[in-house]
Parts: sequence; structure tokens; C-alpha cells
Amino acid sequence: MIRTPLRPLARILSARQKGENPDVIERENIRLRHEGMRDASRQCAEGRLLVLGAVFVFAFMTVGLRMAVLASTDPVEPRTTASGTSIIAQRGDIVDRNGRILATNFITNSLYAQPPIMIDKAGAARELARIFPDLDESSLLKTFNSSRKFLWVKRKISPEQQQLVHDIGDPGLLFGPREMRLYPNGRLAAHVLGGSSFGREGVNSAEVVGVAGVEKTFDDYLRDPATGREPLRLSLDITIQTAAERVLSGGMKLMNARGASSVLMDVKTGEVISLVSLPDFDPNTRPAPLTKGVASDSPLFNRAVQGVYELGSVFKIFTAAQAIDANLVNAGTMVDIRGPLKWGKYKIRDFHDYGKQLTVADVVVKSSNIGAARLAQMIGAEQQQDFLNSLGLLAATPVEMVEAHGAKPLTPKNWSEISAMTISYGHGLSVSPMHLAAAYASIVNGGTKVTPTLLKSTTPAPIPGPRVISAETSRVARQMLRAVVIDGTASFGEVQGYAVGGKTGTADKPKEQGGGYHEDKVIATFASIFPAHDPRYVLVVTLDEPVETSGKDPRRTAGWTAVPVAAEMIRRMAPLLGLRPAIEPSSQDRLTLTSN
Amino acid sequence: MTEMVYGTVPRREGEAILPRWWRTLDKWSMVCIFLLFGIGLLLGLAASPPLAERNGLGAFYYVERQALFGGIAMVVMLITTMMSPQLVRRLGVIGFVLAFSALAFLPVFGTDFGKGAVRWYSFGFGSFQPSEFLKPGFVIVAAWLLSAAQEINGPPGKSYSLAITVMISAMLALQPDFGQAALILFGWGVMYFVAGAPITLLLGLAGIVILGGSFAYNNSEHFARRIDGFLSAEVDPTTQLGYAANAIQEGGIFGVGVGEGQVKWSLPDAHTDFIIAVAAEEFGLVLVLFILFLFAVITVRSLMRLMRERDPFIRLAGTGITCIFAIQALINTGVAVRLLPAKGMTLPFVSYGGSSLIAGGIMLGMLLSFTRARPQGEIGDILLGRGR
Repeated sequence: MIRTPLRPLARILSARQKGENPDVIERENIRLRHEGMRDASRQCAEGRLLVLGAVFVFAFMTVGLRMAVLASTDPVEPRTTASGTSIIAQRGDIVDRNGRILATNFITNSLYAQPPIMIDKAGAARELARIFPDLDESSLLKTFNSSRKFLWVKRKISPEQQQLVHDIGDPGLLFGPREMRLYPNGRLAAHVLGGSSFGREGVNSAEVVGVAGVEKTFDDYLRDPATGREPLRLSLDITIQTAAERVLSGGMKLMNARGASSVLMDVKTGEVISLVSLPDFDPNTRPAPLTKGVASDSPLFNRAVQGVYELGSVFKIFTAAQAIDANLVNAGTMVDIRGPLKWGKYKIRDFHDYGKQLTVADVVVKSSNIGAARLAQMIGAEQQQDFLNSLGLLAATPVEMVEAHGAKPLTPKNWSEISAMTISYGHGLSVSPMHLAAAYASIVNGGTKVTPTLLKSTTPAPIPGPRVISAETSRVARQMLRAVVIDGTASFGEVQGYAVGGKTGTADKPKEQGGGYHEDKVIATFASIFPAHDPRYVLVVTLDEPVETSGKDPRRTAGWTAVPVAAEMIRRMAPLLGLRPAIEPSSQDRLTLTSN
Repeated sequence: MTEMVYGTVPRREGEAILPRWWRTLDKWSMVCIFLLFGIGLLLGLAASPPLAERNGLGAFYYVERQALFGGIAMVVMLITTMMSPQLVRRLGVIGFVLAFSALAFLPVFGTDFGKGAVRWYSFGFGSFQPSEFLKPGFVIVAAWLLSAAQEINGPPGKSYSLAITVMISAMLALQPDFGQAALILFGWGVMYFVAGAPITLLLGLAGIVILGGSFAYNNSEHFARRIDGFLSAEVDPTTQLGYAANAIQEGGIFGVGVGEGQVKWSLPDAHTDFIIAVAAEEFGLVLVLFILFLFAVITVRSLMRLMRERDPFIRLAGTGITCIFAIQALINTGVAVRLLPAKGMTLPFVSYGGSSLIAGGIMLGMLLSFTRARPQGEIGDILLGRGR
């Protein structure tokens, strides 16, 4: 073995001494080092290549094993999503105040087609058009032959229709389970319920969303699984609602009216027992909204909540009540009614000439515009505005319908004295029948503010709202309203045993294009309370363009149109409401003295 | 006598080229390669008619083309195996320069065939994917640089090869072709590993790869969607992965029968990236395991032969080629069985694709040339007493 010196420098030095070339030693040295390095690196590489080989063998075995596991498992039918177990009874029911169903859910199927896997497209289109008469065979076939991979044929089908489609036997016609919203009472309370449609839609389920009415207002509540499918309990009563719709519908036809609405409200709690707007619709097949023309012509339009009208003389009771409550007058105070009353360029006239002066009570009973305007002058514009505001007549009603938020009263821009005078008899301020019903309830229930609601009250006793007028003023107002029926414009409103009170209102309809009023189109309103001595309910009946033609001349005033309809409604509804006919306590006081 | 005892390869003076080629060649590996190519043709018969039908061509148009390109690839491979490592290295470097220029000019002259990534040059009769041809050239150059770095007073080959690697990966990632970029990075990493990389550095590199992956995940929607698809437990049956998994399950052990498979009608990439699913469905687990076995044999045999190799360049280049080849097969099959996220990667020699086939032929030809038995100076070791 050749011994290599530790320090090559020593060898080089000795080589130099001997006269040899040191570069040879240097090269030899490098070669040796290099060989050593290569051996080391080769041994390192050998180990690492072994590692690599092992890793690859392991990896190939893993893939092979995994492949074997996969190949030995049973194939499953491809499914696009999880099965539709969650669609059953998602949305809460809606029931009336006695728990009877107004809206519920129904399991059905939707029908869709996948043209690429259809076998006999022409035959399928023909059969489908036969099963569903509203489908067109040629357009169906055209869609089937287009490049579409998927199309809805019908959103909701009945079990019989489903069987017929099964019988076609085409594999490209498929069904998706659906939960549909069902309104078993059809048109009943259509405007309150509103309606629903499908929101996001998948093959195996679709969400049902409310599109109008309480369905939309309470959409989150109805869809919230946390409510435990507790039904939404409304204040409506199906029986009363049915009676109201029947009678009002008949009355609307008799009076040749374009439309009609009624609101029946509990005077203490503000619960709406019945709400009708005619013409109506079936929420199961909600019609499409009008794309042109006037929205109020559509049956979808809720006249009782969405429609704001100048309701006319029904406002006089507010004027009289405020004047009495402010101690400016009492029911017997004489008011000058010589006409016409001039204010600037405006002239205020009465329908008839009632003489030179009338008591405050007779201003209401006879419905004198001049008398009301004089009272408004005494009250003052600002005070009038405050009072009407406290009755909730200057803001949208808080009733739980999406449509209510949009129905803001139309108020004069500048509430001047002349505005106050016209508003005193119901012109220049447009409100909805719902507003009016709530305000009447506040006036007659003893003088506390009432908030209208569509939900059944959960408190055992009604909680009175803030005081609007004194209890005494409220009593006087009730007597005045009763006198209107006994001696005044609403004499057709008398219903034996139920002591109806109320105030009529006949307002000329403003022209749609603006610029004045129609001569022969009116809104006739009767705002009634019963029984007048201890009011339980307020009923506001409004007829749109009624005309009563039994007489020589066509009669349009509320006393001839809205009042008889309202009386018939009360005659039918009062027993259903559990009211017994009662003998009225004798009216003892000065009010009757002033009437003739 | 010594030869007999120690099994070294005798070097016979004046021996003819072909007999010597045959004697020194890794014949088993070559048989495996031919078998793979044959299986590729067989599967092409099953997998490509739907595509041909969609494109309005004859049913076996793609099979004919694959046979043509495969024939070229086999010839190229055989020729390459006959070259000496020095010649391979020279040609490899030249090829690398050409392929690199082709890759560099892709953004200008390339086309994306409507697939969202500019990877091809389109010629009338076919297309050409430079990144496939870049791989063998890249391995040669990187191995050359790395081995030169092992010389005393040699060039700083590690830094140079790393710079080249990073540059190519960046260019590929910009196409975007993350698969090929990852392959290049992986190839260099393996060569550096075998060339004696310090373990701490390797760990650091692994960290960088993870960081880069998460960066790509956060910044590339293309990339993120595939990872998400992999990580979600539920496999959506309308995706390629869903179809592939279903096909493997349908196939079972012995398959549904030749031509009876359905997955090829649903999968757009049935003839390339998901060829293994077609194999599994029509021929069953048996054929899939056989394919995996062939890949494993080529890989392991090559690595074993390279272990004995003393020339650093040959060792490194051979390692790079073997590993790129093996990892491609692993990724392709791993995706089909959902071990890996969906990544378009062809199965070498089996998938349809002209560039891939010919480049594969060149690569495997190089590998077979490198793994040919040659004198390794073992006798010298013994004589000098340095044997182990």
C-alpha cells in the first residue's frame, strides 16, 4: 500500500529539491481526490436511487390497490343532488282566527323534459298537448328538437296528469317532486293572502316564496324552520269573510259599481275580521300584473288597502269630534251655514240648502259642507293636521301587508286654511278605506288610538292605545253617528236590533289626467259602527262609481248606494259575529232634541 | 475467469454494432415499452371512435394516426438506443435549444385550440407541443450541468441548471400548463437529489413547493377549481372525475367487455387523460394492473441498472428520464382513482397524442441507451482493493 503524505506541500517541496515537475504531483493529487469524491457520490446515489425505486414501487402499488378497491365496489346510479326529502311541508300554514286553513302545502310534481334522451319526440309532444290543453304541440316539438338539454314543461301537475304522462312512456319526460302552495278556499281573502310562486328551482325541490299580501310580509316567518311549523294565525274569520264577499259582490252588481271594498274591524283591538276588495282573483292561479294601463284596474289591486281616495263627508265626524273635544263648541252649538261660503276665489256649497244655521250635530247628520268648513276655521289648520295625524290618517297604515307601505295618504303640500276647510269634509286628503276604518274605531271606542292589524291578538284583553279624544267626546260622536242613520243621510242603514250608526261620504272622482273632477263618477262610502251605543265593530264599505237606477234620475249618493249594501252586510254578519239583537237604550239627551 | 466471477461485461474488440446493441440492451424494459404501445393502440380502438364521430371523421381515424405516430416513435426510440451516451448528450443539448426556442415563441405563433392554454403549434396535418419535446432535452442539459458541477474546478452547474429549470417552469406556468411545469421541477429535483443534495435543502425545497402551490391555488381559478373538486368529499358525478370513478366501478375485475363501455361517450378526454378509465371499464382491473405492472417494471429495472452506473452524467440523466416517465404514469392513474386532484396528464405511450408519443419515444430511447450494459471499471476497483 502506497502511503500518501498528509500534506502534499511536503512532497512538492521535496520534488522541487530533486528537480522534478511538481505539477505532476498536483494532478495526481487532484485525480485521487476526484476519485474519492466520485466514489462517495456514487455510494450516496446508489442509496438514493434505491429510495426512489422503493417510493415508485410503493406508489404504483397504492394506485393499483386503490384501483382494486374501486373496481370491487358496486357502482351507484349517478345522482345530481341529494334526494328531495327536505321539501315536505317547508312553509308554515296560514289559518284564520279560529284555526281554519287559509293556506297550506300540497305535495305534487313538476314535469320536465330532457330532449337528448327522448325517444319519440313527435309522439311525446302530441300526447303532452292532449293531456295539457294549454300546451301547443308544434312549439313543444320545436323546443324538443332544439339543442336544449333541459326544459320545464309544467311547474305543477296533478296525480292524474302525472299518470297520463307516465303512460306516454318516454324516458325523457321526468318528474321532480314539488311542494306547492294551496289556497283551499279559492278566491276567499285573496288580497290578504296575496299568493306565492317558486323561487329558486331545482330538479328535486323548489322554494316557495310569497309574492304579495301576508305571504310576502311574513315570508321569513313562514319559511323559518325554527318556528316549528307553527301556523300563522290571522285575525280574519272565514265565515264572516265569506258572508262579506257574497253580500258585497251582490251589492256591487246591484249598484252597477266598477269595484267595491269593505273592511270590518274590531274597534278595541284593531283586528281586521274581514277585508274584501272586488273584483278579486284566485291566489292559486295568480294573474299576471298589468303591464300597461292603470294599476287599479287589475283584480290584483287591493282597493281597501292600496287605493287612496278622497272619501268625502265621512271626515265630518273627525271635524265635529275635534271641535267638541277642544271645547270650541258642543253638540248643540249653532253654526252659520249660509252659503256659498267664499274663501278667496273658492266657494263652498252644500248639496241641499239647509237654512241659515244648524247645530254641530246636525252639521254631521245633514252633512253640511259649509258647517264643517266653519268648524275647521275655528279649529285652525295646524291643530287639524295634528289631530288627523294622531288618528293615523297622514301616514301609511301599519297593517301587515306589503301593499300597505306603498299606500301613503295624499296630503296637501301646503296645509293652508282653505285646505283645512276642504279636508274638514273629506276633500283634499286621500286615504285608504283601511285608514278610515282605523280612525273611526279610534273615535268611537272611547277615544283611544287603534292600530289596524291582520294578526289575531294574543293578549287576553285589548291594550288601549294613546288617547285621541276624551271618552265623553267619543260618546257624543257615537250619538251623532247613530243620529245620521236615524234621521240623516244614512236612513237605509238601519238594521233592526243592531243600532247601526255611521256617516256617508260621496266624493266626486278626480279625473285621471288631473284637472278637476268627474261630474258623474263618485266614490260612495259608508263608514258604520254597530251597535252604536256600545260599538264592537267598524264596517267601511266603499263602492267605486256606483249608480242606482231604480228612480227617475240615476242616484249616486252613498245614502242610496253604499248604505243599503252595508246594511245588508251587517244584517248577515252581525249574528255570525255572535251579536244578539238588542233593544237600544233610550237616547235621553239634547242630541235628539235638536233633530226634527 | 474474473469476468465469470464478477459478472462484468466483456468488451469484445471488433464486435459488430447490432449484436453488441442487442447484447447490452435492457431487453425486458424494451418489451414492456412495446407492450404499452400495443395496449395504447388497443385502447385507442375502444376510446377514440366517439371523438372521431363527434369530429365527423372515420371511426378509426385516431387509431390510424396513433399507429403512424407510434411507428415513428418506435423507430426514433430504436435509433436513439443505438447511440452512445456522448452522442445522446450532444443531440440532446441541440434538441433542448430548439425546443426551448419553440416554447419561447409559443405566445407569438402558438394556438390554444380553444382550450384556454396556448400550448401548441398548429400545422395543417397535426399539431406540435414543444413542452413534450423539451422534457428529454431538459433532462440531458440539467444532468450535464449537475454532473459537471461534481468535477473539481468544474462550472457552478447546480445554479445554472436551477436557473434553467425555474425559467422553463415559469414559462410553462404562464401558458398555463401547471402539469408540465411541475414535471420539469420534479425532474430537476430528483436529479439534484441523486446528485447528492443536502437533506436540509430538500426539506426547504418541499416547503417552497407547498408555498407555491398555495399561491397558485389562491391566484389561479383554473387551479383552485381542480383542487376544490378533489378536496370535496362528494364526487359530483357529472364531472370527469365522477365519470371515471363510475367507469372503474362498472368495469369490476374483468370489465364489461370489449366495446361495451359507456364512459368514452361521456368523457371528452377519454382517449388521452382518462384512457385508464376506458381500460378499467372495458377490460377490467386485470388490464389496469397489468399496465401499472409494466410501468413499474420499466421504472424499477432502469433505476436498478442506473445504480451500478459510474458515469455521473448517465446516472443523473437516466434518473431524470425514468422519474419523469414514472411520475407521469402515476399522476395519470392517480387522478382516475381520485388519489390526486384532477390534472391533465397523458399516460406515456398509451394515451393518444403525436407529440407525446414521439417525445416519449425519444425519452425512452435515451433511457435505454443510458441503461445499456457497459464496463464500469469494477475490476479496477477489485485490483486496487477499493471494492466494498
